[in-house]
Amino acid sequence: MPLLRVQGVEKSFGRVVGCRDISLSLMPGEILGIVGESGSGKTTVLKCVSGRMKPTSGSVHFMSRLGWRDMGTVSHSEARRIMRNEMGFVHQNPRDGLRMRISAGGNIGERLLENGARHYANIRAKAIEWLERVEIDPARIDDPPSTFSGGMQQRLQIARNLVTHPRLLFMDEPTSGLDVSVQARLLDILRGLVRRLGISMIIVTHDLAVARLLAHRLLVMKLGGVVESGLTDQVLDDPQHPYTQLLVSSVLQP
Amino acid sequence: MDRIIRAQGLFKSFTLHTQGRVRIPVLNDFHFEAGPGESVALVGPSGAGKSTFMRLLYGNYRAEKGIIEVRHRGGIVDLAQSDPHEILDLRRWTIGHVSQFLRIVPRVPALEVVMEPMLDRGMERENAAEKARGLLQKLRIPSRMWSLSPTTFSGGEQQRINLARGFSVFYPILLLDEPTASLDPLNAGTTIRMIREAMDSGTTVIGIFHDKDLRDTVAQRCVEITGIGLNG
Repeated sequence: MPLLRVQGVEKSFGRVVGCRDISLSLMPGEILGIVGESGSGKTTVLKCVSGRMKPTSGSVHFMSRLGWRDMGTVSHSEARRIMRNEMGFVHQNPRDGLRMRISAGGNIGERLLENGARHYANIRAKAIEWLERVEIDPARIDDPPSTFSGGMQQRLQIARNLVTHPRLLFMDEPTSGLDVSVQARLLDILRGLVRRLGISMIIVTHDLAVARLLAHRLLVMKLGGVVESGLTDQVLDDPQHPYTQLLVSSVLQP
Repeated sequence: MDRIIRAQGLFKSFTLHTQGRVRIPVLNDFHFEAGPGESVALVGPSGAGKSTFMRLLYGNYRAEKGIIEVRHRGGIVDLAQSDPHEILDLRRWTIGHVSQFLRIVPRVPALEVVMEPMLDRGMERENAAEKARGLLQKLRIPSRMWSLSPTTFSGGEQQRINLARGFSVFYPILLLDEPTASLDPLNAGTTIRMIREAMDSGTTVIGIFHDKDLRDTVAQRCVEITGIGLNG
C-alpha cells in the first residue's frame, strides 16, 4: 500500500513547462531521490507533490492517518492539517523553514502548540529531546536560530519538522551550502532518524553522493522530464540514458 | 526448479553515450546455474566479464536480455525483471555480496557497518553488536578500532570489515569478489574457513578468486567467462 501516489503531474508557468508527466509511488519507509541539474524541475516536482504548489494537471494522493486523500480536492483546513502533522518540508535555505526570531525551543514546540498541546513543561521536554536527536546542545534551547550556524539551522529545521512524527518528509537540497564535514554529520543524523522512525522521504539533490547515501531509488530529471529511474546503485553504476551517463561521469572523485 | 540460481540467454553490453556512442559488448548469450550448497568459481581473463556477471547477479547492473531466476522466499523470481523494491528484498534475504572495496560512509563506525545486515533483518541491536564483535575478533580487527570509521583503515582492514559484514547473516547465495585480495595468509586462512562454514550451512558460493590455490581449496567447479572480442 503506497504512502503517496503521483499520476501525470504537470506544472506550467505560462508557456514555461516546469515539469511534465511525473508519476511515482512511494512506499512506507522508502527514500526517493530526485537528481538533476539546476533548472531540471526537481524543486517544482517537490512542491507539487508536497501540496505546496497546485499542479496544472495530474493528481497527488496521500495515505493520511484518516485515509486516502486526493490532495487536489481536500478542504483547505484538511490540507493544512496534513501538511503540518503528517508531512514535513525541509527547505534548502533554513531561513525559509524556521522562525528566525523565536527561540529554537519555540520553533520545535510551535507545531505542538498548534495541535493543542498546552503543558509547557512537556513541550519544553520534547524540544530538548529533539535538540539532542539532531545534535544541537540543549543549552541553546532559548537562543534564536539567527545565532546558529548554517548546519545547526538545518538540523533545527529537521527537528521542527519531525516533532509531529510525520510519515513523509520532503527535503529540498538539504546539504547544499554546507561544509563537507557538516554535511557528513547531517546525513548521518538523517540516516539514523529515517531508520529508527521508519520515515519515507523524497529528497531533491544535485549531489549524486548524497543521493547514493540516502536514496533507495532515483529519478533523474532533465528539462522538466524524468529521463531515467530505478534502483539508486543501478542508475549510478549502470546508467542507460545519455544524460545520466553525463551526470555520473562529471562527478570528481577526491 | 531445484537450482537456486539459473541465468539463461544473458546479454549485457555498455553503450558509452558520452564517448562517441561506443558500444562494448560483454556477455553474449551467457548461461549459468548452480544448486544449493555448491561453490563455483568464475574464471577468465581480466575484462572478460566476471565482475559484470557478478553485478548482474546482485542487481547492480541491468541485463539487456535474458533471465536470472533466483529462488527467493519459497518462490522463483526473475532478477532481470525485478523492480527496485524486489531487488532490495533479494539483497536483504537471499543474495549476499562481499565486494573488494568498502564504500565508506563518514562517521559510521566499523561495528555499525558489520551490524547493518543483521539490523536490516530486524535483529535486536545488542545481539547484532555481540555477533559483530565476534566476527571482527575472528578477523583480527583490534577492539580499539571497532568504534572508528573505516575511513583510515588499510585496504586489508577494510576488506575484513566487508567480510565480517558479508558473513554476519545466512544467505542462500553469497557472491564473493576477490575476498582475500588484500589479506595476509593468516586472515586469508580464516576467510577460507568462513567460506567453508557457509557452504556447510547450505550457502551457494559464487566467487571470483584470482589466486589459484584459493580457488582449488574453495571451489567445487569453475565456470569460464572468456570475453567477447578480447583478442581483436
